[in-house]
Amino acid sequence: MTDLPPLLDFLPLVQRRRLLSVALDVSFPVGARLFDEDGEADRFWLLRRGEVALDVRLSGRQPEAVVETLGPGQLLGWSWVCPPYRWHLGARAVTGVEALEFPATDVLALCAADPELGYALMRQFTGVVAERLQATRIRLLDLYAPQGSGPR
Amino acid sequence: MSAVTPPLPYRVADTRAETADSRSVELVPADRELPPFSPGQFAMIYAFGVGEVPISVSTLCGPHGGLVHTVRAVGAVSTALYALRPGDTVGLRGPFGSGWDLDAAAGQDVLVVAGGIGLAPLRPVVHAVLDRPAAHGRLGILVGTRTPDDLIYREDIERWRDRARVGVAVDRPAPHWQGSVGAVTTLLDAFALRPDRTHALVCGPEVMMRHTARVLMGRGLAAHRVQVSLERNMRCATGHCGHCQLGPLLLCRDGPVVGYDRVARLLAVREL
Repeated sequence: MTDLPPLLDFLPLVQRRRLLSVALDVSFPVGARLFDEDGEADRFWLLRRGEVALDVRLSGRQPEAVVETLGPGQLLGWSWVCPPYRWHLGARAVTGVEALEFPATDVLALCAADPELGYALMRQFTGVVAERLQATRIRLLDLYAPQGSGPR
Repeated sequence: MSAVTPPLPYRVADTRAETADSRSVELVPADRELPPFSPGQFAMIYAFGVGEVPISVSTLCGPHGGLVHTVRAVGAVSTALYALRPGDTVGLRGPFGSGWDLDAAAGQDVLVVAGGIGLAPLRPVVHAVLDRPAAHGRLGILVGTRTPDDLIYREDIERWRDRARVGVAVDRPAPHWQGSVGAVTTLLDAFALRPDRTHALVCGPEVMMRHTARVLMGRGLAAHRVQVSLERNMRCATGHCGHCQLGPLLLCRDGPVVGYDRVARLLAVREL
């Protein structure tokens, strides 16, 4: 496998190989749904190519509202880490997507067998979640509205 | 420029709508010409009878050879400037302030991160880097806006895609929007940041700049490799009135572009 997402750089080579041993190369066509809100969160992906839109269902006949998009190099899916292990959002391929897919059961087994790997992986996931949480907070401030960004 | 100078009359050569509330205005000297501006510097533009505001130059040499400023109508003066039409006259003082330090980025990757109309002061940087491709490494241009309709310089951005890594993220997508949604920092992964050989130039709302700088530093970029363009209440623009003071800095004179290593602590102080 070449062109690995930089998210794996944090792992020593041995542990990276161990993690990659359970990974699958997958691809999704434009418009494919990778998962739906409230579905079982049993895997995650490291995106290598393409864009994925995270969305949330709205009431009535409206289409899902896109709340964030993820692209190459980014992690897709963290709901498998903590209960209730259901997807918080839905995900749709905006373009053709290529990714490394990691089954949660296999990864958790690796983490149980190698706590160092588990600790490193969870630190990485925590960092990603924290970054997204902060980015979400910043967006909630409506920074780019005229009253938010001030006069220029 | 440090001396207090009277505004010189400049004539509006052309205007161009950017979004529903912002417009680019090209100004040419009616008589005498101000000294040349560099990317990141600003002019004090006087709407006669209304008032004067600092506006960064968004193009150093427009289609008519003049200075282009992009104005968003948010207050009395900016609304008056937004309403300008070809042939109208304004008063212009400048150039003021520090520009973007492109010398520091010589031979290095240049990452431009803009929020909203903060792309305006960065546009001359993009032009400068594209004009001298051998002087720098890769060019990344990341832009965040509230909605797709709020995106300025759409045609420029499409042209830049051929020669730079360009990403645009919106907070609120419209139904037709197929691009990125989220904070502008989410676009960083696609740029493949090389922390030891990148200089980041950031302009936008202050909170956005702080957030961006922190994310960049979290990716290993040293604070002195991050430049931000700060705004305060600039009145005299010559370092005398003190309205734009930020701790030891007078931003009209020592800014608006400052290294993040100099201001990170100052920006965390309440009511400084």
